[in-house]
Amino acid sequence: MSYEKFIFYVFAAILVFAATMVITRKNPVHSALYLVLAFFSSAGIWLMAEAEFLAIVLVLVYVGAVMVLFLFVVMMLDIDVATLRAGMIRYLPVGVIVAVMMLVMLWMVVGPENFGLEKYAAPARHAADYNNTAELGSLLYTVYMYPFEIAAVILLVAIIAAISLTMRRREGTKYQVPSEQVAVHKKDRLRVVKMEPEDKMELK
Amino acid sequence: MDFILDIWNTINQELPVLGIMMKIVAIVMPIMILVAYFTYAERKIIGYMQVRIGPNRVGPKGWLQPIADAVKLMFKEIVLPTGANKFLFLLAPLLALGPALAAWAVFPFSEELVLADINAGLLYVLALTSVAVYGVIIAGWASNSKYAFLGSMRSAAQIVAYEIAMGFALVGVLVAAGSLNLGEIVKAQQGSLLHWFWLPLFPLFIIYWISAVAETNRAPFDVAEGESEIVAGFHVEYSGMAFAVFFLAEYANMILVSALAALMFLGGWLSPFQGTPLESMFEWVPGIVWLFIKTALFGFLFLWFRATFPRYRYDQIMRLGWKVFIPITIVWIMVVGLAVIYELPWWFD
Repeated sequence: MSYEKFIFYVFAAILVFAATMVITRKNPVHSALYLVLAFFSSAGIWLMAEAEFLAIVLVLVYVGAVMVLFLFVVMMLDIDVATLRAGMIRYLPVGVIVAVMMLVMLWMVVGPENFGLEKYAAPARHAADYNNTAELGSLLYTVYMYPFEIAAVILLVAIIAAISLTMRRREGTKYQVPSEQVAVHKKDRLRVVKMEPEDKMELK
Repeated sequence: MDFILDIWNTINQELPVLGIMMKIVAIVMPIMILVAYFTYAERKIIGYMQVRIGPNRVGPKGWLQPIADAVKLMFKEIVLPTGANKFLFLLAPLLALGPALAAWAVFPFSEELVLADINAGLLYVLALTSVAVYGVIIAGWASNSKYAFLGSMRSAAQIVAYEIAMGFALVGVLVAAGSLNLGEIVKAQQGSLLHWFWLPLFPLFIIYWISAVAETNRAPFDVAEGESEIVAGFHVEYSGMAFAVFFLAEYANMILVSALAALMFLGGWLSPFQGTPLESMFEWVPGIVWLFIKTALFGFLFLWFRATFPRYRYDQIMRLGWKVFIPITIVWIMVVGLAVIYELPWWFD
């Protein structure tokens, strides 16, 4: 086993372990932290596939931003694990059927008869000066321009929808108006009073 | 000298992993010493700003104060709070320190002096600085304490807000330099003091620096600690060495963002006298000295801010991050993009 293969299997083992822990841990915060570990190890695998841009962006976006917000919410929620697990046995058969179907479908798409080495030759190793970021950029902004922009617009619509769904003005809440706060002048708030001391002390 | 070079070359050929380990030690050790003396500098400088002398008892002029502090913290007991998650409680300080040190891997100290010269260096640094927040969040949660939890919630919201502004500021830098490689970014600023990116990217420079102060949880953005409101925020339950590691992480992060600001906006290792008659006079100064001076300048700003500004109100921090910085950065990225397309002299021609 070569050194590279060894590292791949280490990352893969950590990834599978972390992914299993995500769905089996009782505490949702632990699950979220295992998901972070899963992201890190899949970033490692991507790095080995010479996709350094995707690997680093995975860490930057998912670990650095999405999971932070996720943890933020999960830590504040008071999730009652007992009620979540109550229906476990009842829904188990449906769950197993869905899982098996997903597995069969995934197998049909990425199984060895569609994705084997004889269908796709092993990719050639790139030279040291190969720039994954530049390649990805030139492909996204030329060949896949429209799909890329459509995806961006769909995301924008989703953001606007989420914000407008959750935005509501409640009665009796007090807001700060920053422009008024900035516009405040010293003379509105402060009065300097000059007064004589009542009896002057004699200095000896 | 040749003999030592011979040994070094043999190590690098026969055992590359050992060679890399030695390089890592050669980077991390000076940073640790720098952190120790940065705390000393902070106490001295803030002392003089407040018309006091600062530490002056341990060793000549107090020079041994940081060593004494480190020894004291090492021999103190680490108290585990009741009901705390032991594993995560002890993991949190390491998660805070790890990224602050790992980011130095791609940092170019001079034209040749860099551990890993990777293409996506800027992205790597940005990813690692965004991971540093986990130390704070996990510490607050694992402590099983209200104050610590409030501190970590504040920190999470703040870092997510300023991360975006900081990322956009760096997008401006990469558009201007045309590369994500940190060494290339410095080389793109060659010419003179006015060619450095602080001038064409001035709004982004200011926003990067303010976001950097916010990201490191330093005054005036230190609401995660907020000792007057939530006693000490996320590390209220920490003691001894576990606390010391948080302390180390904070200062290592400060040095890191200062060095990055010097690299991206003040021309890194380039001499400030380039393109002037003084250039040949200062040619003997190695580039790393200029880099150190520029980094020290930003380090001093951190201390100056702490001695000068009162803490920001929380809603004002959020407003500044989301409603002021992000729009400004987006507008300025457009401006830089146009300047690059039309090859605006004399930065982008």
